[in-house]
Amino acid sequence: MKSVKIIKISAGNFSFWYGAMKALSGISMDIYENAVTGIIGPSGCGKSTFLRSINRMNDLIRGSRADGAMLLDGKNIFEPDVDVVELRRRVGMVFQRSNPFPKTIFDNVAYGLRVNGIKDRNYIAAKVEKSLKDAALWGEVKDRLRQNAFELSGGQQQRLCIARALAVEPEVLLMDEPASALDPTATLKVEELIHELKKKYAIIIVTHNMQQAARISDYTAFFMMGELVEYDQTTKIFTNPSKKITEEYITGRFG
Amino acid sequence: MKAKQAEEIIGFLLLRLCMAVIVVILCVIFYDSITKGIGSVSWEFLTAMPKNGMTEGGIFPAITGTFLVTVITAVLAIPLGMGCAIYLNEYAADTMVTRLIRLSIRNLSGVPSIVYGLFGVVLFVQFMRFGTCLLSAGCTLGLMTLPWTITASEEALKNVPKAYREGALALGATKWQSIRTNVLPYAVPGMLTGTILGLARAAGETAPILFTGAAFFMPFLPESLFSQFMALPYHLYIMSTQHHAITKVRPLAYGTALVLIVLVFAMNFSAVVIRYHLRKVKKE
Repeated sequence: MKSVKIIKISAGNFSFWYGAMKALSGISMDIYENAVTGIIGPSGCGKSTFLRSINRMNDLIRGSRADGAMLLDGKNIFEPDVDVVELRRRVGMVFQRSNPFPKTIFDNVAYGLRVNGIKDRNYIAAKVEKSLKDAALWGEVKDRLRQNAFELSGGQQQRLCIARALAVEPEVLLMDEPASALDPTATLKVEELIHELKKKYAIIIVTHNMQQAARISDYTAFFMMGELVEYDQTTKIFTNPSKKITEEYITGRFG
Repeated sequence: MKAKQAEEIIGFLLLRLCMAVIVVILCVIFYDSITKGIGSVSWEFLTAMPKNGMTEGGIFPAITGTFLVTVITAVLAIPLGMGCAIYLNEYAADTMVTRLIRLSIRNLSGVPSIVYGLFGVVLFVQFMRFGTCLLSAGCTLGLMTLPWTITASEEALKNVPKAYREGALALGATKWQSIRTNVLPYAVPGMLTGTILGLARAAGETAPILFTGAAFFMPFLPESLFSQFMALPYHLYIMSTQHHAITKVRPLAYGTALVLIVLVFAMNFSAVVIRYHLRKVKKE
């Protein structure tokens, strides 16, 4: 654990509705730079909603509404003057089911650069290589960058999606159960990668897998029924949780 | 166990019968048109003007007219239809009004073509003062094709996974960027296929052009958008029901029918080819 903790994201009494249904109520928590924050909780507890609020992906759902503050570097991202497109570039996202585009491996990684107006071919090529290296995929794909991304294996596709997210130089990386559809070997690779990436980014990862949360996250938040039950250092949550219900959940008594 | 198997066999037979009926009908139409029409089709038939009160000569102006009017239809129906579909599927909120609009569009595709024809007379020929001409007929057919184009295009857009849109947005693409670079390329083959099928249907229509621009007999080609024109379906209608020497021109009518069928078939076939080709390009 680092001695100096820089707060990257801060939720203050944050609530979220889908129409009349309240999905999150009064969440307050700080998320730190250069750390992995794991979010655990039973299905429907609001953990994905929380994650998708940080890059305002939930805006796409009609009738959704946010209340309270979600600060990124001290600035509330729900204020009207915030450029959502720029926000989404700063806050990258890796989805539960890997979603490579039906383009070449190269074009997948270059996509974010191109839509952000970068035209310099040499820069794009260098950035694609660097992103693939950072995502620990370069060695496996460097000779077939012009092949369709769908020809990659599931684990490779997910690392490609991570590379794609890294290419636009985000500051935060949101991961929505990134390994839930992968086999154990591919999961291990993604976990190692996350461990490497936290040197540069604030990473928030939603996971169903308790062991995974214990392995990779520095902090763990336990959500239930739209509320934040407990949030602390991972070692504390998994060895000596302060609430009984947290203990019951992590020991597998429900969920 | 026996009863179950019997049920399976009977079910299959019924389905096969349905298919056989359709294939037989299609074959009979084809066979009839080909055997009776092939004799009249020659190079001259395709490239010459009609002569002697249409009892001799060819159908060149009708082929040209149908081609030109279909081009105008396409120019009107493709951009408008695709644009409308993109708006409806990507931008419009899912409200009562949107649903009502969508329902109306679906219903419009079932409106009889003669109604479009009369509407075209009122709107294009009279109100907009185009007169009875290529432009009026093309616009009328364009209107008739729009519901098909919109519906087919919307279906094609719906088939593009939501993950492509979300993935692009999450990388900092604007909505239009995500649509243009990550949705449209995968929807265009389907959009084009639906549109060409709609155009093929329009090319074979008689009623909408009857009052808006088609000429009974015109032994020269249309000179401008505001000229009248001959068209294959209308020519066929004249030759088979209105001509003063019906029995004499019957072979010519069959020849015209054959040309029209081949034309429509070629358009439908090109839709398949375009789709196949675009899919292949995408996979590279």
